[in-house]
Amino acid sequence: MRALHMGTITNRNVLFNFERPPNRNMSKTYGLIATFGNTHSLYQAAEEICEAGFRHWDVYSPFPVHGLEGAMGLPRSKVPTFTLIGGVTGFITGMLIAWYMGEFDFPLVVGGKPYFSPIFPFPVAYEMTILLASFGAFFGMFITNRLPRHHHPVMDFKKWPGITDDQFLILLEARDEKFDLDETRKFLETLKSLEVVELKE
Amino acid sequence: MAYTEEIPLVRPVVLDEVRQTHMPRKPLVENNRSFHWITEKICRIVEEKTPNWWWVCFLVAGFVASFTGVGLFYLVSTGVGVWGLRGPVYWGWAIVNFVFWIGIGHAGTLISAILCLLKQKWRTSINRTAEAMTIFAVMCAGIFPLFHVGRIWFAWWLFPLPNAQGVWPNFRSPLEWDVFAVSTYFMVSLLFWYMGMLPDLATLRDRAKKTWRKYFYGVLAMGWRGSCRHWANYEMAYLLLAGLSTPLVLSVHTIVSFDFAVANLPGWHTTIFPPYFVAGAIFSGFGMVLTLILPLRSIYGLHDLITQYHIDNMCKITLATGSMVGYGYAMEFFISWYGANPYEGFAFINRAFGPYWWAYLIMISCNVISPQLFWFRWIRENTALVWIVSIFVNIGMWFERFVIIVTSLANEYIPANWDYFTPTVVDIFTFIGTFGFFSFMFLLFIRFLPLMAMAEIKHVIPQADPHMHHEGPSHGNHHEPERTL
Repeated sequence: MRALHMGTITNRNVLFNFERPPNRNMSKTYGLIATFGNTHSLYQAAEEICEAGFRHWDVYSPFPVHGLEGAMGLPRSKVPTFTLIGGVTGFITGMLIAWYMGEFDFPLVVGGKPYFSPIFPFPVAYEMTILLASFGAFFGMFITNRLPRHHHPVMDFKKWPGITDDQFLILLEARDEKFDLDETRKFLETLKSLEVVELKE
Repeated sequence: MAYTEEIPLVRPVVLDEVRQTHMPRKPLVENNRSFHWITEKICRIVEEKTPNWWWVCFLVAGFVASFTGVGLFYLVSTGVGVWGLRGPVYWGWAIVNFVFWIGIGHAGTLISAILCLLKQKWRTSINRTAEAMTIFAVMCAGIFPLFHVGRIWFAWWLFPLPNAQGVWPNFRSPLEWDVFAVSTYFMVSLLFWYMGMLPDLATLRDRAKKTWRKYFYGVLAMGWRGSCRHWANYEMAYLLLAGLSTPLVLSVHTIVSFDFAVANLPGWHTTIFPPYFVAGAIFSGFGMVLTLILPLRSIYGLHDLITQYHIDNMCKITLATGSMVGYGYAMEFFISWYGANPYEGFAFINRAFGPYWWAYLIMISCNVISPQLFWFRWIRENTALVWIVSIFVNIGMWFERFVIIVTSLANEYIPANWDYFTPTVVDIFTFIGTFGFFSFMFLLFIRFLPLMAMAEIKHVIPQADPHMHHEGPSHGNHHEPERTL
């Protein structure tokens, strides 16, 4: 649903979140943002939010914080599935093209060698395995992350540029069933956060 | 224990207790720099006004690159004969240059993939530059076989694509394996490089002031926002790409060596070629990484990020791979004698003492002797000397390929066919031009893209560890994770 957000705005500059015209629809709360100055308090806060049972929330950091996905209770990444599918497809494709082209479609004797054998096309199948598995890993990352998505409401946060520099923030989204503007704000303030800010949509 | 007390002269073999030795790890970023310092340092390189030296280098590089352009134009309009390719040396400089440039690329993948799997955190300061080097080196390499086909407009026949003749490529040929290996290598290196750059492009996007920068980095960053859910998938994909690039980089130079090893020519037909080619490739690549990184380090004052520890490590890898290459040379000689094949024996005697003795001498002195200087700490700590040795490594590795390819072909089985190979002017200028092209691309890279993996460097400094209490940068290095021996 959030993807529609982009389409409703006519100013194309908004795609990259700069010189944004005042939004006419500033009433709805998107969520609450808590900022942190170091990874230690961020990690502890993530653990507590996870224990409190929130589901629609996320942590934003300029680099991957070690073990944070575990503290957030995230399941294992699905990217390896894409890689496996890519790799298997690559190997089969490599072998199939060598068989189809060398034995089935145009058999041609070269140096008295067989038209097809699983040995000589092995380097080709090997490289195809790696190529398609890498495509799987690369595009799998984009698919599982639902990227590219050039704008996201969290980027409207006034201190956003710091998040790709040296700041850390946690966003609790209003659509979460446990979300209550006042209660959640109080909860976030107990978590050693630097500040708690309401993010409007 | 009671036994040993009864005989006081006998000391217990094992210590009563194991005393742990604490060896603090060398800091990867010196002077305990903050996250913001790292961002500023690296982003400023692309944000500052274009320095004058950059323009000078850029114009010179562009001019030198034009040699390749003119040389290739002349080749296409005249014929491959302009490359001095004639019997018996039908594979002259073209293949020498191809193998040379492909080899250079291998250090980039070693640093980004193999060192990632081995959890060598020092790689974070140099991996971006090394990967860029890989990509541009593979571009330079690709030029030679591509134009060697002569009629460049038919180069697409290399790929198994349907054509009017209904004939397919020959999959029994190592040259066809090479097509797959090199194109896969280029593609995967590019994906790995780009994916690693996403978080840093997002940083540049968020810092951008000018409109064109916002669009340029905004589009390239793909909307990266550093979400933890994204990082989890990203790190998994990164690890997988590292795991895939490792067998890839080993296979690429193996397959390149098959181009020679599968042939029956004395001096080529040997099973040592794959490992020895891979070691040589990594050796030459580290030579080039040092050649590129050391000037960048002093121009941009990156001494806190590329520390003496990094240079030491690179020198040691150069030393190790250089020694492997030296072992390869020695073993080739031994086997040619031990194998008792007179043609093999002749090929190697001829290599060292025949008409190309000078090339062999350059190869041995640059590749085997010069890296041995890295045993000495004072040499590793003298940046100028390290740089000079790295240049020797580059020269030596080019000559290695020249020696392997030209000496074996020029004096093969039938003495009536023998010839002394000399390159043409077109050969020389086309090759020199590739250095211009490489520098041209590299200069564009340092001007427009993040030179170092900021997110990865931030990840490995002590402040990034969520299980350490850190009150501020004043606490210095005692927060360093310690290694227990």
